[in-house]
This record gives sequence, structure tokens and C-alpha cells, in this order.
Amino acid sequence: MFEGRSYIVYAVEMVNIVKRFPGVLANDHVTVRVKKGEIHAIVGENGAGKSTLMNQLYGLYHPDEGEIFINGEKVVIRGPKDAIKLGIGMVHQHFMLVDTLTVAENVVLGSEPVKGLNFDMKKARQEVKELSEKYGLFVDVDAKIEDIPVGMQQRVEIIKTLYRGANIIILDEPTAVLTPQEVEELFEIMRKLKNDGKTILFISHKLHEVMEISNRITVMRLGKVTGELETSKTNPKEIARHMVGRDVVLRVSKEPHEPKDVIFEIKDLVVKDNRGLTAVNDVSFNVRKGEIVGIAGVAGNGQTELVEAITGLRKIESGHIYFEGKEVAGFTPRQLRELGMSHIPEDRLKHGLIEEFEAYYNIILGQHYRNPFANGAFLNHNNIFKYSEDLMEEFDVRPRKIDHLGGNFSGGNQQKLVVGREIRTNPKFLVVAQPTRGLDVGAIEFIHKQILKMRSLDVGILLISMELEEIFSLSDRILVMYEGEIMGEVKPEETTIEEVGLMMTGHRIEEARRG
Amino acid sequence: MNKKVMAILVPVVSVLIALAISTVIILLIGKNPIDAYGALIKGSFGSKQAIADTVIKTTPLILTGLAVGFGFRAGVFNIGAEGQMVMGALIAATFASNFGSLPPLLAIPLTILIAMSVGAGYAAIAGFLKAKTGAHEVVTTIMLNWIATYFASYMVTGPLKVGSGTPKSPEISDSCQLPVLMKVGAIEMSAGIIIAIIAAIFMYILLNKTTTGYEVKAVGFNPYAAEYGGISVGKNIVLAMAISGALAGLAGATELMGVHHRFLGELSGGKGFDGISIALIGQNNPIGIIFAAFLIGALRTGSNEMQFIGVPKHMVMIIQGIVIFLVAADRIVRTIMIRKRVEK
Repeated sequence: MFEGRSYIVYAVEMVNIVKRFPGVLANDHVTVRVKKGEIHAIVGENGAGKSTLMNQLYGLYHPDEGEIFINGEKVVIRGPKDAIKLGIGMVHQHFMLVDTLTVAENVVLGSEPVKGLNFDMKKARQEVKELSEKYGLFVDVDAKIEDIPVGMQQRVEIIKTLYRGANIIILDEPTAVLTPQEVEELFEIMRKLKNDGKTILFISHKLHEVMEISNRITVMRLGKVTGELETSKTNPKEIARHMVGRDVVLRVSKEPHEPKDVIFEIKDLVVKDNRGLTAVNDVSFNVRKGEIVGIAGVAGNGQTELVEAITGLRKIESGHIYFEGKEVAGFTPRQLRELGMSHIPEDRLKHGLIEEFEAYYNIILGQHYRNPFANGAFLNHNNIFKYSEDLMEEFDVRPRKIDHLGGNFSGGNQQKLVVGREIRTNPKFLVVAQPTRGLDVGAIEFIHKQILKMRSLDVGILLISMELEEIFSLSDRILVMYEGEIMGEVKPEETTIEEVGLMMTGHRIEEARRG
Repeated sequence: MNKKVMAILVPVVSVLIALAISTVIILLIGKNPIDAYGALIKGSFGSKQAIADTVIKTTPLILTGLAVGFGFRAGVFNIGAEGQMVMGALIAATFASNFGSLPPLLAIPLTILIAMSVGAGYAAIAGFLKAKTGAHEVVTTIMLNWIATYFASYMVTGPLKVGSGTPKSPEISDSCQLPVLMKVGAIEMSAGIIIAIIAAIFMYILLNKTTTGYEVKAVGFNPYAAEYGGISVGKNIVLAMAISGALAGLAGATELMGVHHRFLGELSGGKGFDGISIALIGQNNPIGIIFAAFLIGALRTGSNEMQFIGVPKHMVMIIQGIVIFLVAADRIVRTIMIRKRVEK
């Protein structure tokens, strides 16, 4: 009767879970046991079945086989409502927040405090404030979601679960969207939650984070559990082996390459953000052909606005943008593309892809009106299909189905599709923002290689990334941005992570050098 | 399941469910459903006259359905087809009463062109307001509908008024009238249906085979990605509204030139709003819209015959309502079908 179960009472026990999707066995007899009050990491590459498993715990999917026990009691979770009742909360990879509502309104949404017949805004604000202070979850309760940075949005999501009384909190790849500093803050919060007796399920594929924060680890690969480890008794190498079934090299090698003429330059650029505040303040730099210039910085220090201004998506207040020596400020995205600028956007779901479009329509986005994809007013579907098949083959986009909808690919494959699309235009200048956000080791390696290949073909590359490791391993020069300004320029071989870290927190290069 | 198969299956299953529910209702009011449906079919297809009547009712519905459906594909909700239809027909009627000296080969295209341009221009106002100020097209097109309605009633009770009784404009010149395909008694079925079907085919090609269709759909699905891909969002919103309005204007033209031969209040008679239901049932697909319009046209034509055997004609409103409900809530139908499959 208790076969396969032990006598310790676990906060969460998922036993022999099987979940099938058409053509895929997403979870193959997966068993996970999570002790009360621990931080339990679930690790695995993209597509290993981690999110599927967690979605079943939160009632979004229903297991085909297997049992779930919460605090020792067998439960059937029909939907998130049941999960919430059982004290389970989930923070999804893509946040489920209403952009136009305030932080407080978002938190209480669905279980609003009322005064008579009215929504009790005062009480809502008060309660959210209390929760936020108790766990060090700093948020501005009156700010609208659309105006606050990603890190804060995530804290709002966490507060939301707490507000609904969660004791078991699932964090689905929470660090994918965060900067190193924000990750540290998140870990601090997780520790506080743990000390308060909460049980945390932490989904990640970043090994150093798992090593730092978790108590125990369940490793998954291709839908199966491949290892159950005590964090204190293991090391990243062992986890990686369980994850991918082989030892992985975590760094790409970069050949020396002599940069040529300046292809792109900005001078005294000033750009405002959506709230009308100055986001990019008097920034100047250039990029040469065959060179990768990396922009490091904590999220929300003007990088997004800088990229949007450069690529024609946001108007500039003042300053100059030169492409091959020619002023291009005020050019539309189409004009810039025609000059030879390509852009891998930071948010592939917002800018990079049209989820409802088939892969082949996504692949021609930006060039859809040009030969060979269009003859005059008409699309040339034969050429579009052929080109798409080639591109998906070359960039290993899976599944290799050109009529698959953009939104139905996994994150890594969506990104490969976007990267492939932008690289295949043979650009002279490539703007790359957060190219590997949320991707697994294999996909990161692939995309880094592609970027380096472009460099060897004398393409000028501007790389914007929150991942310092990425900036260091790819860039020829590093610019550090803080509050819309460039704190200094360094070469990766002549600096240290600490020095760049100091600049990222607002120290100019001279101060950083002095230490 | 395949997306395309689902797009056809959902409306068809919805119609079947609606008929099943109506059967129960007809039984509950003590009538024989077989007789009722027999009368419905007889009334809509049973005679030459019935068929002509059905086709006449279907024609404007195809066009307003296309107008709204195209808007949906482009991410705009054009509730203003009614107003655009009124304005198109009204202005075209004003000119077309003086086209007597022109040969039909010139007068007909010219009148159609006027109606379409006016419809397009009128809808483009809402598109422009959305693109420039963000004003939502649902609000602005409703306002424009009222402006059109009152402007038209001013025109036919004032400057354009002829005769007594129902306010109406003068008859348009003979050379502007659409050729009659079939004449049964007093009923004249004009070439309007051919225009409507050509329009549907044209829209199908525009949406699926052209760069304009690609851009308009891209803006409709994800304006951020469209802008990133070098597609002007503002331009395409105005364009989408204008094309939608042109189709509504064309609906006004076929009613004017093929049915009433003058402008009068009943010319539009809610057909612009019917376009919303038609677009929904036809899943915003131009070819689907032809069938959806035909379904509604036939139901309405046949309802009189049904009334004769004692089943209230409002039965067809019930059928129509259930179909729309089910198609709009197609997730319900999908879930039922998927669950069936899983259980097997």
C-alpha cells in the first residue's frame, strides 16, 4: 500500500508521474520528494520536463499516471485553485501580471479585500507593504507593472503567492531574467522564506546558482530523473554529467581577430524611457568591423532604451547615430535593415517573434517585402519555404517543421530561429541583446559560436548582456553602463569581474581602478 | 488536430449543436421539428423565388462579413461597418442619380468606386485616430456610426428628399443599376452576389498571398514584432481600417445598385452589425465568410415559411445566437471534441 513511499512526511511528493504530450513523453515515471522547509532545486536542460512537472504540481496539467502527496496526504490537483488551497504558489517564467495595474492591485487580484461593496485599496496597499517588508521583497506598491523593472516584477509575483497563503513556492527559472545583483537579492529573499518555514522548489539550469542556494537537487534529463543529490555532497561537474550525460565545456574559445574600420558610431546620444525620464544620458561609442563591443550593466540602466534607439524603435532626444559615417538618427527600422543592420532583440516573445505566425513567416520577418520572398505585391511561397527549410537546418531549429507556429517552439529553438533569421541577412552591423537569456548550455554554446563566426566575417557587433560571463568571453571591448551613462571602457583581458562589478554599481573607471 | 481542419470543424459542429438544441425547443413548444426544418428549407431553397431571396439577403452579409473579418485579421475591431455602409451608399446615391448620361460600363464602376472610397475614408478616420492618439476603434467607430445614421436621415428628410412617406433619396440612374441575373415575379436578383464572391476571393488572395496581407496580419498579431520587422504599425492600422471600410462601402453599393436603387433607411438595416456575427462564424476566413453569410441569409429567408406552420420565426434567431455563441466560445467545442478523442 505504501509501496515506493517512505515514512518521512514530505512537503511535496510526486511519485511515478507520467505525462505524455502528442509525440512526446514529457515526464517518464518521475519521482520527486521535497522536504519541508528546504530549497529543492530541479535541474535539467531545456526540454528535460522540469516545467511540465511543476505545472502538474500547480494543477495546470494533469498527470497521466502517478500520485501527488502534499504533507503526506494524497491529493488530486485539478487546477491552480486547488493548488492555491493546498498552499502551493508558483512564479512562472513568463510573469502573469497585468501591466496597467499597480503592484498592490496585481497582488490582490482575484482575492481583493473589500469594504462593503467596494475594493479596499487602502487595505490592499497595507497588506502588500507588510508582506514586502517582512521578507525584504522591496517593491513600490503604487507603481504600475509596465513601469517597473523585471526584477521587481518577479518580487511582485512572489508576494502574490505569499498573499494567497503559499507554503510551498515553485520558482520556474527565476534567475533567467535577472542580473547578478538581482539574483543575489532573490537568493536573500529565498533564504528568508526558507527560514520562515516555507518550502521552495527552484527550477534552474544554472549550476553555480543551484550550488549556492539549494539544499537538495533533483536532476532531470529527457523526461527522467537522472540523479538525486545533496548539494553539500556534490559539485557542478557531477550535476552537469547527470544533466547532459557527458562532461561539458562551459566556455567558447575566441580566435584573435584584427578589427577594421568603424562601421557604427553614436555621439552624445540622449534617449528617454516610457515615463519620459532620461534613460540614456550623453552616451558615445563606436563599433568597428570584426569587433564585438559588449555592454555590461545591471538591468534597467538604459540598455533597453539604447538598443531601441539604435535600431529605430525609439526616437532619440538629441545626439547622433552614424552608420558607415552617415547620419541615421530618425531612420525607421526598415531603412536601417536595408543599410545592413540586424537586431537580435532582448525579448524574443515581444519583438523577436510573432507567435501566431508559422515558422516560415517568422523567418522572413523584416525581409518579407523583398526579393526573393516577394515579387512586387505578391509573396513567393516557394522561395519562402525553401529558405526556411535551409535556415532551420543550418541553425538546427527543432522540430524541423516550417509550418510549426512560432509560439509552439521551445525557448531555445525560438531563439535559434531569431538568431538564424538575423544572421542570414548578412548584416554589416549586428545588435545582439541578451542572446542567451533562459537558454540551456547546448543552445548557449551554439549561439556564441554563431556570434563569433560573424565577427570573423568582419561584422561589427554590439552585444548587450546581463550575463557577465557572456560579456567577458565574447567581447573585444567592454563598456559598462550605469543609470544611462557609460562608466568606462575596459578590455576583458585587462580587467576583472570585480572591477566591472564596481562600475556596474556606479563607480567610474578611475574609482574602480583605485579600488 | 490540424488548425485548418479545426477552423472548418468548429463552425460546422456549432451549427449541428445549434440545430439539436433548436429541435428540443421546437419539441417543447409542441411542434414537429421535421416539419419546421422542412419549412425552413423550403422557404429558403424550395422555389426559384426562395433561392433568389436567399441570394439577395446573403450578398450584403458576405461583404460586411468580409469587412469585419478582415479587420479582425488585422487586429482592429471594426464595429463601424454599419456607418461605413450608410455613408458609402448615401454619397454614391447622391452622385448616381445624375449619371444618366454615362454608359453602364462607366457608371457602374464609378458608382461602386465612390461607395468604396467613401466607406474607406470614413473608416480610415477611426484608423487614423487609433494610430495617432491610441483612441480605441470600437469607441470611435460606434460614434461614427451615429454620425452616419443621423447625417443620412438629415439628407433624406432634407436636401435629398423625394416624394412622401418613407424618407428616401431620388432613384439612381438606370445606367448605375446592376444587371439582373434572375427575375422571379417582383424579385430581381442582381449581379451583386458575383461582386460579393469576387470580393471574397480577392480578400483571400490579399490576406494569404500578398505582402500587404502579411504586414497587416503581423501588426494584428504582434505590433511590437511587426515594428521591429520594419513594418509601420500606424500605416497598417489606417490601411486595415480603410480596406475594411471599402468592403462595407461596397456592401452599401450592392444594396443601392442591385436592390433598392435609392438610399433609404432600411438599406443598411443592421447588416453592418450582422457582419460581426458572420465574421465570427466564418472564422475570419473569406471563404468561410461566404458560407456563414449564406447560412444566415438562408435562415432568415426561410423563417417566414416556418412561421406559416406555426413555429415562430424567432427560432432562427435562437439558432443564429447559439451558433455565434458556440463559435465565439470555440474553446468549449474544442474541449468537448478533444476530450472525446482522449477518452477513446
